[in-house]
Amino acid sequence: MSIKRREFLRLAGLSTLFGLGGKAAFELIAPGQLDAQSYAPEAHATKAKRWAMVVDMRKLDDKTAAKCIQACHLTHNVPDIANPVNPAKAFPPEDQARFRIKWIWTEDYHNAFPGEEHENLQEKLHHMKFLVLCNHCDNPPCVRVCPTKATFRRPDGMVMMDMHRCIGCRYCMAACPFGARSFNWKDPRPFIKDVNQNYPTREIGVVEKCTFCDERVSKGQLPACVEVSNGALTFGDLGDPKSKVRELLRANFTIRRKAHLGTLPQVYYIV
Amino acid sequence: MENNGNYKNEFGWFAEKPQVPKKFYNAKTVVGGLVIFLILVTAPLWRNLGKVVPAPDPQLNTQAIMALPEKDRTCVEDKAYMQAYHMRLLVDWRDEVVRNANRDYINSKGKRYLASLSNGCMECHSNKSQFCDQCHNYVAVAPNCWGCHWEKEKKQVAQTEAK
Repeated sequence: MSIKRREFLRLAGLSTLFGLGGKAAFELIAPGQLDAQSYAPEAHATKAKRWAMVVDMRKLDDKTAAKCIQACHLTHNVPDIANPVNPAKAFPPEDQARFRIKWIWTEDYHNAFPGEEHENLQEKLHHMKFLVLCNHCDNPPCVRVCPTKATFRRPDGMVMMDMHRCIGCRYCMAACPFGARSFNWKDPRPFIKDVNQNYPTREIGVVEKCTFCDERVSKGQLPACVEVSNGALTFGDLGDPKSKVRELLRANFTIRRKAHLGTLPQVYYIV
Repeated sequence: MENNGNYKNEFGWFAEKPQVPKKFYNAKTVVGGLVIFLILVTAPLWRNLGKVVPAPDPQLNTQAIMALPEKDRTCVEDKAYMQAYHMRLLVDWRDEVVRNANRDYINSKGKRYLASLSNGCMECHSNKSQFCDQCHNYVAVAPNCWGCHWEKEKKQVAQTEAK
């Protein structure tokens, strides 16, 4: 028994038609139970083309800086390695420096902007404490080296961490020229005095950093540090020419940390 | 080379296959070892013989749930789906929230929920030890959610995670 080419083509065409039509009909009659599941940003989420921050050092004094740091650490359960909940379990000072977790902290001018200092600097620069944090670079080296894509750049410019994926290899820490990333050498929970139960902690063995408060921005709030900074910190959209950050950048001379490295940091400083 | 069933070894051709005495060497040691091995392998069976492990009985009667009117006491999806697929749903939530910044879940009936473990699920099911741990202990799985996320129940860590 043989089959002619014409016959074969006819049969193949018919069965394809029947297969496709049958599937569609099946979907029509008995749609998949959970086809309608979907996801959306929160109702009040603020959106931007490019998030950025401007730190106005003219308005930032040590007290405000301390307030910003405290607000951030409270919001995100950042462990204070120097002050464990149980004081008997404190580390010796050299270990405290090694195990320290930094999201937002202060640096002297010559540490924050190495290469920019010279012998005859303006006097005030010697006394300034620069508030530094993750720069959420446009060309983030941490993202490029991450082997698991645990850290990634969002389309709106936030450099995010997916703690679920971090394997603790610390490549990103080697790649980041700003020291903005910290490794959890110890379980952080015994070092968190005041707990925010609405935000997770991290575990031993993952790297963490500032996330530009993505969880607050998605609720339409400002980052925690910006909120308490009395106008010293400004957070906004670089893609919007009318935004406050763009206004500040237009009106003032600003510097960025280690801009010569080409990571395109997006935290600007008005000195 | 054809040789009509005769046997050849390195010294030449033989009419018959050399006889090897059929003997069970070291019988005592071998049988004893086998018995010990069998006992060890089946030890968990013997140890639990006759014991009845109580079936999990997750409790749904938290204050937050009881405060809801009767008809609103539904989870984000129906019960059968949640029982079978809650782990997949949670992983989807995690990826959508962290990687795509989609923090709201719209369920199959079009209702919106905050896609969050600590701030979503645990707001109603605030009894982790009654709700999560019972089944997880029963089937011996230890999800590592609670290393980072807060279980808002003020109780000691579950048995599976204590190790």
